[in-house]
Amino acid sequence: MKGRWQNSIHLIRPAAVFLAGLVLFLVVRVFVVPPTFGQFGHYRGAVLDEIRALPVKYAGQQACAACHEEETHLKSKGKHASVACETCHGPAAQHAEDPGSVRPGKPEETALCAGCHEMDAAKPKWFPQVNTKEHMAGMRCLECHPAHDPAP
Amino acid sequence: METTRREILKGAGLLLILGARANPGGAPQTAAAAGSYDPHQHLWAMTIDIDKCIGCGHCVRACAQENDVPEEYFRTWIERYEIDGSNLEHPTVTSPDGGKHGFPPSSETRTKQFFVPKLCNHCLESPCVQVCPVGATFHSPDGVVLVDESYCLGCRYCVQACPYGCRYIHPEKLTVDKCTFCYHRITKGLTTACCEACPTQARVLADLKNPADPVHAFLRENKVQVLKPHMATRSKVFYRALDGAVR
Repeated sequence: MKGRWQNSIHLIRPAAVFLAGLVLFLVVRVFVVPPTFGQFGHYRGAVLDEIRALPVKYAGQQACAACHEEETHLKSKGKHASVACETCHGPAAQHAEDPGSVRPGKPEETALCAGCHEMDAAKPKWFPQVNTKEHMAGMRCLECHPAHDPAP
Repeated sequence: METTRREILKGAGLLLILGARANPGGAPQTAAAAGSYDPHQHLWAMTIDIDKCIGCGHCVRACAQENDVPEEYFRTWIERYEIDGSNLEHPTVTSPDGGKHGFPPSSETRTKQFFVPKLCNHCLESPCVQVCPVGATFHSPDGVVLVDESYCLGCRYCVQACPYGCRYIHPEKLTVDKCTFCYHRITKGLTTACCEACPTQARVLADLKNPADPVHAFLRENKVQVLKPHMATRSKVFYRALDGAVR
């Protein structure tokens, strides 16, 4: 019996080393791998909630409409019905949270209007476009076209 | 004797199937309990109508503001294509500052011109996810390709793997950055910043798992195409009126 073990000691030693390594690997793994890794797939599941928690800056059309009924109604009938408030007025989530102290700036009208409506051969034909230099003749856009209901 | 053995195997097979159904791939139940948003109930996509894009750059600016995208880097951008007659192989493509401040107006009417907004295609078979060596970039259960900043090594494999050029290394964080479909917005019932700001509804966010979403009618009623279909990435950004010259 004794002779039998002595003959296989050269196998038992590396097997013990291998086993110790395996146990060490499993123990370290428990501490190193985050608890939610593998929850949904090969990634840390908790990161979904971390990304969801990022701050929102554009409040969204519904938030604007909740207070600014008159403008929303006026806009909904006109040619700018599909344009969201924040497209021209900029991100307003802070304003929606604290309307008193944070106010969105007034858009710079001529540059803003031209940004969409300047004549360009690459724009789709259906889109209303003008050559602002010829069209405006020294006037301001809003003198003829109120921004919320711009029909000529 | 043979029949009992068969019956045992049948029973074992049934148990295996039932067991797998009862707990599909770990613990999604905990996520559903964590908030009212259940990622397994959605599959986010986007439709882009080339015939509606006016190249105004509102989407690029809104994206940069919403997501703190650094200057000269883009999660979404607009390209202007100019094609001379039948020369589809060599279009002139321009994108000054990603189209962030619009494009210089063109009066050239002898060529075909149009705008193509681009962003991450949130592919179902993303090359970027396949090459990530550490599980930092992944498909969320609701079909959005996201990045775990705390896991990203900044090795740039994914930047090279993306056939659409949608990824960049953030100059300060030194980890990869990309479009998240505004995951922090869409999971709260809002649309993405780019879709919110688009004045012509050229881009519209879509939930493919919501049977009431207008995307189903859009896909049924229009001829649509994805970018680089030969790459078999199963892109989820569907373009209407996309020209063959677009890469």
